[in-house]
Amino acid sequence: MATTSRPATAIRGLFGAALGLAATVAILWAGLGMLRDEDGPERLVLGFYTLVGASGPAEAIRTYGLHPMAAKTVTAVVAIVVGVGGVWALFTAANLLTDRLGPRFERLVRPWVFTGPALALVAFYLLFPTLRTILISATEDGGLVANYAFVFTDRDMLIALRNNALWLIFGTSGSVLIGLAFATLVDRVRREALAKTFIFLPLSISMVGAAVIWRFVYYWRPPGEEQIGLLNGLLSALGYEPVAFFQSVPLNTFALIVIMVWLQTGFAMVVLSAAIKAVPQTMLEAARIDGAGELQIFRSVIIPSIRGSLITVGTTIFIAILKVFDIVFVTTGGKFQTDVVANRMFKEMIRFRNDGRASALAVILLVAVIPIMVVNVRNLRRQGVGS
Amino acid sequence: MRRTRLWALFAAMDLVVAACANAPSETTEPTESPPATEATTTTTAPSGDDTTTTSAAPEGPYEELARAMAGEYAGTEVEVLGQWLEAEADNFKASLQPFIDATGIEVRYEGITDYETVLTTRVDGGNAPDLAQLAQPGLMRTFAAEGKLVPLSGWFNTDQLAEDYIQSFIDLGSYEGELYGIFFKGDIKSIVWYPVQAFADNGYEVPTTWEELIALSDQIIADGNGNPWCISIEHGDASGWVATDWLEDILLRTAPVEIYDQWVNHEIPFDHPEVLEAAEYMRQIWFTDGYVYGGNVGINATWVGDTQTPMFDSEGPKCWMHKQAAWIPAFWPEGTEPGVDSAFFYFPPIEEEYGKPVLGGGDQFVMFDDRPEVRALLQYLATPEAAKPWIEAGGFVSPNRSVPLDWYTTYPNDELAQILQSADVFRFDASDQMPAEVGAGTFWSGMVDWVAQDGEGTEEIFRRIEESWPTS
Repeated sequence: MATTSRPATAIRGLFGAALGLAATVAILWAGLGMLRDEDGPERLVLGFYTLVGASGPAEAIRTYGLHPMAAKTVTAVVAIVVGVGGVWALFTAANLLTDRLGPRFERLVRPWVFTGPALALVAFYLLFPTLRTILISATEDGGLVANYAFVFTDRDMLIALRNNALWLIFGTSGSVLIGLAFATLVDRVRREALAKTFIFLPLSISMVGAAVIWRFVYYWRPPGEEQIGLLNGLLSALGYEPVAFFQSVPLNTFALIVIMVWLQTGFAMVVLSAAIKAVPQTMLEAARIDGAGELQIFRSVIIPSIRGSLITVGTTIFIAILKVFDIVFVTTGGKFQTDVVANRMFKEMIRFRNDGRASALAVILLVAVIPIMVVNVRNLRRQGVGS
Repeated sequence: MRRTRLWALFAAMDLVVAACANAPSETTEPTESPPATEATTTTTAPSGDDTTTTSAAPEGPYEELARAMAGEYAGTEVEVLGQWLEAEADNFKASLQPFIDATGIEVRYEGITDYETVLTTRVDGGNAPDLAQLAQPGLMRTFAAEGKLVPLSGWFNTDQLAEDYIQSFIDLGSYEGELYGIFFKGDIKSIVWYPVQAFADNGYEVPTTWEELIALSDQIIADGNGNPWCISIEHGDASGWVATDWLEDILLRTAPVEIYDQWVNHEIPFDHPEVLEAAEYMRQIWFTDGYVYGGNVGINATWVGDTQTPMFDSEGPKCWMHKQAAWIPAFWPEGTEPGVDSAFFYFPPIEEEYGKPVLGGGDQFVMFDDRPEVRALLQYLATPEAAKPWIEAGGFVSPNRSVPLDWYTTYPNDELAQILQSADVFRFDASDQMPAEVGAGTFWSGMVDWVAQDGEGTEEIFRRIEESWPTS
C-alpha cells in the first residue's frame, strides 16, 4: 500500500507547493497593486469592514473617506507585510517546491531559486538600462557618429573633458596623499581619536551641503564692501583686493577640487590609518634594527604593506570624482570654464532634451570607469586569496 | 467636513441636471444653464457659502466650462503643476477658488522649485500633470513636437480667444499651426527701476531717450554718486538670462521688428550685423568703466535677486538704475515699497522710427490629459474672471485684453497696463522661444563669457552661439 501511494503523495505535494507559490505571487501582486493605487487603502479598509459586517464604520468611510493619516498607516503596514513577509514567503514557497522535485533536479534547481531573483533584479535595474543607454546614444539626436563627434569636438565639451581629467588627477591624488599624510602623522599623536574626528567630519556632509558651505568660503563682494566670505575676509583684512574665486580661470576649477579633497580626505585617512596600524610591529622593529630611517621605513615597509588599501581608497575616490556633479552644479553651474561631464550630461538631458548626446556622455563615463573596476576587482581578489 | 457636505450638494445637483439634460443631448450652453440655477434653488443649502454657486454660472462661450459650472463634473479632480511658490502660489490658488467653489471640481495645484526639471522628468515618465504652467514657449514646442500635448482646436472656442488675446499670444501658444497653450499671466520687461527720492534730491529727471539715459549715467558719475547701473546676472545654472533680456530689448529699439522675428526663428544668423549693432549699444552701458556697480566681475558674481539691493543702501544709492521686470520688488530688502522707495520708467526708445516697443514674457497653460473637467479648467483660465483675484492681490498683469483696465488699482499694475496700452510693438522674450540648446544654453553661457571677458570678443562669442544652433 505504501509503495502504491508514494508517487501519488509526491505529485500531490508537488502540486500543493506549486499552488502555494502561485498563491504567494498572486498575493504579492495584489499587494503591490494596492500600493500603487491611491484609493487602495480606502478600498482595503472598506472591504474589511464590509467583510466583518461592520456597516457603521463602512458607511462613515463611504461618506467621509479615510483619514489621510490612517490611509498612510495602512499603506505602511501593507508595504512592510508585502516587502518583508512577501519575500520570505516567496523564498519559502519556492524552496518547498524545490524539495518536492526529487533529488536529481533539486541539486540543479536550488542555487537558481535563491540567486535567481537577485540576478533578475540586477538584470532589470542595471543591465537593461545600460544597454538601453548605449542604444539611445547610437540612435537618437544625430545618431551614433554625430553624438560622439559632438562629445569630442564641441568646445564646451572639450572643456568639460579637460576639467574631468584635472579633477581625477588632482582630486584623487590630493585626497589620497593628504589622507595618507594625516594617517601617518595622526598615528603618533596623543589625542588621535579627536584629531581623526575633525578630519573625518566633512565626510558626513553631503556634496551639496559642502558646496553651499564653500560658496560662503569663496564668497565675493565688490571691493570696498564688507567681505562676508571667509577667504576674501582674510584677504581684505591683510589689505589685498578680494578675489572672485569662481570666475578666475584656471584657479576656479582647483578651488572646486579643494572642496572634493576636503570631503574625501577623511575617508582616505580612516582606511589608511587602519591599514597602517595593521602593519606588524615586529616588522617595523626589524627594519629599525637593520638601521632604516623613519622615511625609509615609510617608503619600503609601510607603503608596500598597505598597497591593497591604497588601491581600494584610490579607486573608490576616483570613481566618486568621475561622477562629480553636485559641487559644480551648486557653486558655478559649470560657468567660467568649470564644467564637468556629469553636469553637461544633466544639461543635455534635462535642459536641452538631447537624450542621444546625454547618453553618449553616460557611455563615456561608463567606459572610463571600466579599467578602474578591473583594477579594483583584481585587488579585491588578491586580498581574498591572501587571507 | 464642509467640503464633503458641499460635494453632497453638487452630487444632488448633478442628478437634477442630468435628468433635465437628458432630452436635448447636444444643445448649446445657454439652454443648459437655467436647469443649473434651478437645481441650486430647489436644493436646500446646508451652509452659507454654498450660495456662491448661483452667482457665477455663466452661459459663457466655452462648452465644457458651462457644463462644469452646471456641476456636471463635480467630484472629479484636476492636477495642476507650476513654478509659482509661496505668495504667488497663494495668489494663483485664489484665482482657482471661484472655479472650485462653482464646479465642485477639486483642483490640486503644486508649485515646484527646479520646475522644468521636475516637469520634463514627470512627462518622460508618463506621469504628467493634467495642466502645467510653462514660462518658455520653446518648452511648449518641444512637448508639442513629441506629441505629449492635447491640441485645443476643435473644442476650444477660437473666436472667443481671438477676441480676448492679441494674435502674438495665440501664435506663442501654437506649434505648426495647432493651438496648445492658453496664456494666463503676462510680464513686461522693458522697465527700469530707480530711487524716486534720491532722483528728486539730485534733480535727476527720468530719461525718455537713449541719449538722455547715457547723459544721466555720466551725470551720476560726475556728481560722485557712485555707479549709475545695478546689473547682475548670476542665477545658478540659469545665469545669463538677464543679459539676453537686455540684448532683446535693445534689438527691438535698433532694428525693424521683422529682424527680431527672423532672428528668433533663425531665418537670419544669430550673429547678424543688426544683432551685433544692438550688442554695441548694450556694451555702452554694461562695459563702460564705472557704469555698473561691481564692474563685470560683479555682474557675474551677484545673484539676480540681489541686484538692486545697493540702491537701498542707508548712505544713499550705490547704483541708480535697474532694468528688471515687475516681480523684482519681492526681492528687495525688507521695508522697501514699490512706487515709494523705487519706481520704474519705460526703457527709452533708441531709434525713433521703431517706436515704443515692449519686451515681455508670460506664462501659458498646456494640457496633458484630455478629460472634460481638465478642458473646463483650461477654459476657465482663459476668462477674465480667472485673472481677477490675482489682479486684486497685486503683481499680476493679464494678457487677456478683455480684462477691464479699472480692475488694476495698485501700483505697479496700473502703470504697466499703461505701458502696454501705449506700446507700438509687443514681443515675447526671444531666448525663451529659441531651441533650449541656444535659448537656455549657449545664449545664456555666451553672455556669461562675454561679461567675463569684459565685453571683448563680441563677434567671436556671437559666432559660437550661431554655430551651436541645432541643425535638425
